[in-house]
Amino acid sequence: MEWLNAILQGTLLGGLYALFAAGLSLIFGVMRLVNIAHGDLIVLAAYLALTVTTLLGLHPLLALLVIVPAMAALGYALQRLVLNRVMGEDILPPLLVTFGLSIILQNGLLTAFSADPQKLQAGALETASISVGGLTVGVLPLIVFATAVAIIGGLQWMFYRTALGRAFRATSDRQDIAQLMGLNRAHVFGLAMALSLAVTAIAGVFLGIRTSFDPAIGGSRLIFGFEAVIIGGLGNLWGTLAGGVILGVAQALGGQVHPGLQLLAGHIVFLFILAVRPRGLFPKMEG
Amino acid sequence: MQVTRSSRLSRIAMLVAAIALVLLAAAPWWAGRAELRLLGEIFLYMSLATLWNLLAGYAGLISVGQQAYVGLGGYAFFALTMLFGVPLYLALPLAALAGAVIAAPVAALIFRLRGAYFAIGTWVMAEVFRLTATQIPALGGGSGTSLPATLARTLADSRDGRDAAAYWLALAVVVLVIGAAFLILRSRQGIALTAIRDNELAARSLGIDIWRTKFMVYVAVAGLTTLVGALIFLQKLRISPEAAFSANDWTAFVIFIVVIGGIGTLEGPILGTLIFFALRETMADLGTLYLIALGVVAIAIMLKAPSGLWGLLRARTGAELFPLSFRVTDLPSKKG
Repeated sequence: MEWLNAILQGTLLGGLYALFAAGLSLIFGVMRLVNIAHGDLIVLAAYLALTVTTLLGLHPLLALLVIVPAMAALGYALQRLVLNRVMGEDILPPLLVTFGLSIILQNGLLTAFSADPQKLQAGALETASISVGGLTVGVLPLIVFATAVAIIGGLQWMFYRTALGRAFRATSDRQDIAQLMGLNRAHVFGLAMALSLAVTAIAGVFLGIRTSFDPAIGGSRLIFGFEAVIIGGLGNLWGTLAGGVILGVAQALGGQVHPGLQLLAGHIVFLFILAVRPRGLFPKMEG
Repeated sequence: MQVTRSSRLSRIAMLVAAIALVLLAAAPWWAGRAELRLLGEIFLYMSLATLWNLLAGYAGLISVGQQAYVGLGGYAFFALTMLFGVPLYLALPLAALAGAVIAAPVAALIFRLRGAYFAIGTWVMAEVFRLTATQIPALGGGSGTSLPATLARTLADSRDGRDAAAYWLALAVVVLVIGAAFLILRSRQGIALTAIRDNELAARSLGIDIWRTKFMVYVAVAGLTTLVGALIFLQKLRISPEAAFSANDWTAFVIFIVVIGGIGTLEGPILGTLIFFALRETMADLGTLYLIALGVVAIAIMLKAPSGLWGLLRARTGAELFPLSFRVTDLPSKKG
C-alpha cells in the first residue's frame, strides 16, 4: 500500500514537473532556444504571487489573474528587447544571455526577499484531501495535475488548430520561408516566449502553494523540467507529461527506499532513458 | 615569402611571460601571506577559465556543469589521502586521472544531447555527483569534512612552507593548463578543433572526426579540471558538497571571466581573470549586487561584442600574444 501510495503521489507530482517542462518545450519547439533562466523565472513568478497575495490579500489562485499576464508581458519584452538580438545559427550567445539572466534573477530575488524560505498561503486548500479505497489524495495535487493536463491539451489544440499554432509550426520548420510568407519572425518568437512564461507563471504559483521556496531553487526546477522533456521525447507535449510523471514516480519510489535517494533516483532514471533511448520515449522531432 | 606563426608582438609577449613567470615563482620571498593566497586563487581561476574556454570556445561544448569535476577533484583528493593513505603529492595526479576516467563514460552518455540541451545535461551530471557525495558517510555526508592537520603537515612543516607549497602547486597548474592548451591548439588535433570552432559542417566535410575530437577534449579538460579542484580543496582544507559542487563559484564566475575576456582565444580567459579579480577586490562589499552587475556585463557583451574584450582588441589591431595563427610575412613588394 505504501508503494502504491508513493506511485500515486509521484504521478501527481509529475503534473507539476510537466508544468515546469511545458514552457521549456514550447520555446525549444518554436525557436530552438533553451532558456537556462527558466527555473529562476518559475521562482520569480512565485515571488510575484507572494507580493500580490500579501499586498492585496488575494488567494494565490486568484493572484494568477495578475501574475499570468504580467509574466507573459515580461516574456514578450524579454524576447523582443534582448533574446531576439542574439538568435541565430550559433547557440552560444542566447545560452549565455539566459545564463546571465539566471544569475541576475537569483541575486535580484536574494536582495529583494532574502534567502528565507517563503510559502504561498492557500488556506484550507493546502490540507484538503479525499480518500479513495484506503489511499488519501490531496485536493491540491489533484488540481495541479488536472491543470497540467488541461494546459498541455490546450497547447496541443493551439499548436494544431489555430492560426497562432500554424505560425509557430511554420517558424519552427523554416524560419526564412515563414518570414517570406508574411510572418514576422521577431513577433512570433515574442509570442512564443510570452506563452511560455504564462505557463511558467502557473507553474510558479502551484510550486509556491505546494512547497516552500527560496531564490536558489530555480536551477533544480529547470533540471526537472528538462528531464521531463528529454524522457518524454523532443517536440511531443503529451510525451512531456508522461516524462514528468515518470520522473515524479521515480523520485517518490526513491524517496520511499531512502529519503536521501529521492532526487538521485529521478536523475538515474533520466540517465538510464538517455542511455537506452537517446531521443526519449515518444520523440516527434530532431534535437 | 614566408609563413610563420610568430610575430614581433608574440615574441615580445613570450619574453614578458617568461620574465613574469620567474618573478611569480619567487613570490614567496617578496609577497605576504594574503597576496600569496590571492595570487594562488587567481592562478586556479585562470586555469578553470582556460579549460572552460577549450570546451566552449573551441570544441563548441557549452558546459554549465564543470563544478562536477571541481567537486570530484576535491572529493577524490580527500578520499585518496584520508581513506587510502595516499601521499599528498601522489594524490593530485591520481585525482586528475580519476577525473578523466570518470569523464569518458559521462561524455559517451551526455554527448547524445545536442547543443543547448547538452548544457543542461552537464548540469544534471553535476547534480548527480553532488547528491552522490552527500551519500558518502566516510567523508562527512551532507555536512562535509576537514583535512586532518597531520595530513596537511606532510605538505611542509612550517606554516610559511605550506603556504609557499600550495602557491607553487597553483602556479605549476596554471602553467601546465595554459601550456597544455597552447600545445593542443598548435597540434594537428588543435587545428581540427579550431576548424570545428569556425564551421562544424565544413570541418566534417574535410574528414575531421567531430565526435572523437570533442570526446578527447572533453576528457582531457575533465581530468585537468579535476586536478584544479583537488588543489582548490587542498588550499581550503575543508570540503562539503555545497562548496565542492557550487555552480556559482566554479561555473558562473568562470563563464563570466571567459565571456568578458573573449571566448575562443587563448588570451581571453587570462585577461578576463585579471579583470574579474580587479573588480572583485574593489566591489566585493557589494555582495549580490556584484553578481547582478557581472550578469548585466556578460549579457551586454553578448549583445554588443560577442567576442569579448580580447576579441575587440584583436579585431582592431590583429594582435595575438600566443603564436597560434599562421600569417604570411616577407611578401614580395608589388613594384613594377
